[in-house]
Amino acid sequence: MSFLQINNVWKSYGQAQILERLNLSIDQGEFISMVGASGCGKSTLLKMILGSEVATKGEISLEGKPLVAEPDAERGIVFQKYSVFPHMTVLQNVMVADEFTKSFLLGRCFGSARKQVKQKAESFIDAVGLTPAINKYPHQLSGGMQQRLAIAQALMKAPKILLLDEPFGALDPGIRADMHVLIRDIWKKNNLTIFMVTHDIKEGFELGSRVWVFDKVRHDPQAPMAYGAQVTYDLKLDTDKTPDIAALTQKIAVN
Amino acid sequence: MKRLMNIEPSRFWRTFLTIVPFIVIIALYWSASDARLAENPNDKLLPSFTQISSAIDRMAFTENKRTGEYLFWQDSAASLYRILLGITISAAIGLIIGLINGLLPGVRAGLSPLVTIASLVPPMAILPILFITFGLDELAKVMLIIIGTAPVIIRDMQSQVMQIPKEQLIKAQTLGASTWLVTIRVVLPQIMPKLLAAVRLSLGAAWLFLIAAEAIAAQEGLGYRIFLVRRYMAMDVILPYVAWITVLAFAMDFSLKKMSQVCFPWYHHQEASK
Ligand SMILES: Nc1ncnc2c1ncn2[C@@H]1O[C@H](COP(=O)(O)OP(=O)(O)O)[C@@H](O)[C@H]1O
Ligand SMILES: [Mg+2]
Repeated sequence: MSFLQINNVWKSYGQAQILERLNLSIDQGEFISMVGASGCGKSTLLKMILGSEVATKGEISLEGKPLVAEPDAERGIVFQKYSVFPHMTVLQNVMVADEFTKSFLLGRCFGSARKQVKQKAESFIDAVGLTPAINKYPHQLSGGMQQRLAIAQALMKAPKILLLDEPFGALDPGIRADMHVLIRDIWKKNNLTIFMVTHDIKEGFELGSRVWVFDKVRHDPQAPMAYGAQVTYDLKLDTDKTPDIAALTQKIAVN
Repeated sequence: MKRLMNIEPSRFWRTFLTIVPFIVIIALYWSASDARLAENPNDKLLPSFTQISSAIDRMAFTENKRTGEYLFWQDSAASLYRILLGITISAAIGLIIGLINGLLPGVRAGLSPLVTIASLVPPMAILPILFITFGLDELAKVMLIIIGTAPVIIRDMQSQVMQIPKEQLIKAQTLGASTWLVTIRVVLPQIMPKLLAAVRLSLGAAWLFLIAAEAIAAQEGLGYRIFLVRRYMAMDVILPYVAWITVLAFAMDFSLKKMSQVCFPWYHHQEASK
């Protein structure tokens, strides 16, 4: 039994068929990069794994059980933007992750419970390198620091799956390289299963242990919306060897 | 020479330019009043500053012989009580319904159209209904303020809640938050500064409804007094009353602004750095 199983999943919005015939199985600890043309449905698949969208047909199961049909603490997410809380400091943003589940009524911890949550939050803030900014608000942070914060929040819940939707798309190249180091490190240390959507093929190959390329196989020129995209390439990369990115990119581009 | 649109006045000039219009208006009034009174000493339209100050003294600092009360302060207390009560209840209703409507699609489907239609009913048109149902005392006046301002605040709060990026709400759920905790820890703190802003904007309407209600049926109140003394063309009372209402309105607006800055510094810094 695989960790996550995608069984004949189809997704449409009204008349528009977005995705079709997805049959994929994922083992625990894989790092899957999702690449493909803009608007082909990568985020849509991510949202279905997250539970904020439901498949029109087919089923996704996690450890043999159908996925819970709404977001929960098993699946963490980092969006390209807006995934931190603007009214909380860095520390509060991370602490709230545990306060949500420790205090059902107020969503706040006090006394020794608070101390405990604070300590845990500080260790995750340290892990993403945000300790110097611990009392700052998100609007005082750079884009890269905000993404680090979003990652720290997600890690607090020790999710089974971490979903990243173009997490580094808005960052400068130098900062992006730092973030690559960070996310790779977090992936290895936490035995996470990661799904990352990216529009940067090179980034996809660099980070992923497996790359999915999305594209439409069937086309009807009269009705461009009639068919959805599928995973046309499912490449398992040998993480010990650096893949020949140039060759692979070319291979994809040819199609 | 810079373009006109790029010239920023210095601190000194800014203060100076703020004061000038007021001085000009007072000077204009003074000369116009002088001119009219020179022609006819019994003219009532533009009383002199001496007449106005003696009216203030009479209303605010002289005991009423019959009742032993100070009319001006009694009027102020009555009006402030009504408007503060009305606007507070409006804000509370606006916050709660707006929050629920904005966050819960199920409730929104049922309530949102109703609120939209309710906000289009002209409140003054149903004032007679309020007087009939709630009688002529306090309740009807407070109700008019609530009916006049609450629907707008509800609609504003609803749209503010819906403008919170969906990503944040989803993120909170992936951190294990229930609907309740998303409401009180994610949504509520973010729309509180917006609520204060909405209340500030509806203060003008609240004063309008208050004075209208007082003009029609009351025994005391700033609006009541103005409309009462109108019968004697007592401009020397009306003018300071209007100025006082303006001062009160300004003070309320200013304190709401300060309150927002003190309670939600993150919001104001964020807005300033945009
Ligand atoms: N809620 C929605 N309603 C209707 N259409 C949608 C919705 N969300 C996404 N789409 C459409 O689905 C297609 C795939 O979107 P998306 O998954 O975001 O693409 P991408 O691969 O760039 O992440 C797009 O054409 C988009 O317009
Ligand atoms: Mg996308």
